[in-house]
Amino acid sequence: MAAMVLGALRRGGGSGHCGSLVFAQSLRRLVSTLVVAEHEGGLVKPSSLSALAAAEAIAKENRISLLLGGSGPALHKAAEHAASSHPLVSEVLVADSDTFAHPLAEPWAELIRSVQQKGGYSHVIASSTSFGKNLLPRAAALLDVSPVTDVTAVAEARVFVRPIYAGNALCTVRYTGEDPCMMSIRSTSFSPTTEAMSETKVAPITQVDLSFLSEGSLGKSTWVNLTSQDTERPDLANAQVVVTGGRGLKSAENFKLLEQLAEKLGAAVGATRAAVDAGFVPNDLQVGQTGKIVAPELYMAFGVSGAIQHLAGMRDSKVIVAVNKDGDAPIFQVADYGLVADLFEVLDELLKKIPDKK
Amino acid sequence: MKILVAVKRVVDYAVKVRVKPDRTGVETTNVKMSMNPFCEIAVEEALRLREVGAAAEVVAATVGPAQSADTLRTALAMGADRAVHVLHDPDPSRPLLPLAVAKILRAVALQEKPGLVILGKQVILDKEKQKATVEREVDGGIETICLNLPAVITTDLRLNQPRYATLPNIMKAKSKVIKKVTPEELNVDIRSDMEVILVNEPPKRKAGVILSSVNELLDKLKNEARVL
Repeated sequence: MAAMVLGALRRGGGSGHCGSLVFAQSLRRLVSTLVVAEHEGGLVKPSSLSALAAAEAIAKENRISLLLGGSGPALHKAAEHAASSHPLVSEVLVADSDTFAHPLAEPWAELIRSVQQKGGYSHVIASSTSFGKNLLPRAAALLDVSPVTDVTAVAEARVFVRPIYAGNALCTVRYTGEDPCMMSIRSTSFSPTTEAMSETKVAPITQVDLSFLSEGSLGKSTWVNLTSQDTERPDLANAQVVVTGGRGLKSAENFKLLEQLAEKLGAAVGATRAAVDAGFVPNDLQVGQTGKIVAPELYMAFGVSGAIQHLAGMRDSKVIVAVNKDGDAPIFQVADYGLVADLFEVLDELLKKIPDKK
Repeated sequence: MKILVAVKRVVDYAVKVRVKPDRTGVETTNVKMSMNPFCEIAVEEALRLREVGAAAEVVAATVGPAQSADTLRTALAMGADRAVHVLHDPDPSRPLLPLAVAKILRAVALQEKPGLVILGKQVILDKEKQKATVEREVDGGIETICLNLPAVITTDLRLNQPRYATLPNIMKAKSKVIKKVTPEELNVDIRSDMEVILVNEPPKRKAGVILSSVNELLDKLKNEARVL
């Protein structure tokens, strides 16, 4: 993919000699990146580790500063994890204040602007999670730059690929604006680096000067609460196996069957918009264009018709299995293996034949 | 209070979009265009707020070519009072970016002075005068936030079910006012900092097979796909 794009760039597409000169200049431009990261339970979240991988894809010699915000011991533990999370991380910036405990766009955007103005980064990256999507636009507006969102591949330091029209087309764009080039990345497209860090390379942790915060930045919005489900299931966004139920499950009670299957497979449970709208499961299980984007090793869809907007959320899964009694359901067009059968009979048989997870 | 709602004319959500053979973009000739479903929900929410007396006027706005007026007429037919059409002819290789649209909407908002701006993508609204309490879906569940007015909120699919425009309202809409302006008149810099180099299709998946039994499925998953 990147090679094809580079080919197109070198042919110029109209810019002729100019194209290769710009290409050479972009090589000489120094790359430094601010990664706006999320943390949970004292660790940097996997989606932010993917952002680090994206930063490396932009430039092998990228100098990365990783920004964390919040307060308390969990923040400090996360900072320590961040300090040795990737060989290119040269410093960890910590914004230690309750103001940043919750992802409110208003104070966070000012934080990002302040850090950018002090650090002069060529790139600012956040993962395309509800955290990143919430903060990036406002931060970009304060810095007066247009962000590139939902990037799935890096072709050059300022040339990116992003899906459009629910993933039915891929658009390659060149960012031609001022520094910083701000972007959000799809974590399913960038695997976190697995290379081991050498013992000696631990980045320094620095406190961010928060004097930029004012009455104005704090007054506009207040976080009230978060209602969420506590679950021991693996996180949907990172799970290796996902079993999803659609409207065909018919009730919240029936979703328990999927949960049992998920238990045996060590899988996360997902759902279509139809299932969430019908009240079978809460919204954080929704996979799709306006839900979560997933790309597990194995995706099993039960009673899912395969609407364009659902496919947008799972089409990059390595292996797709579909079970639906309607042989014409669009899901069979993306499935690697399909069973045209009653999903309840299939679930019953699967639960009998798959051993319990040890 | 006045509510400003931004609406957009887009490829209908049910259309399977095709990439043009010259890879400069997607096929839009003779393709069904509609108001973005999220924008319909935004208009509906604004109308409901006016109906309960939380707002006095609903103004719809759009940025786009002449045909975008159709979308404004739909908003007017649903019940919006007035509309503003910021004329802009799209250039597929230099798209009008969200930052430029934001600046345009800001210029329109500075002229119209709304208490609330509703755009298409995520919320439930409380009717207090100086604050809006909203719920939004996030990765971990549902978050509740309290905002000072004026505020900008985006609406998601679960917020409401938009109304159909009735025939009398469609007729009335023909005589409602659509004010036309240009980005230049609004003093907005709409430079595009992005150049579209290529639009192509995603890699095709290998065709799948329909199996005949659960045993066969388990066998394939273990021995062929090696994911179990």
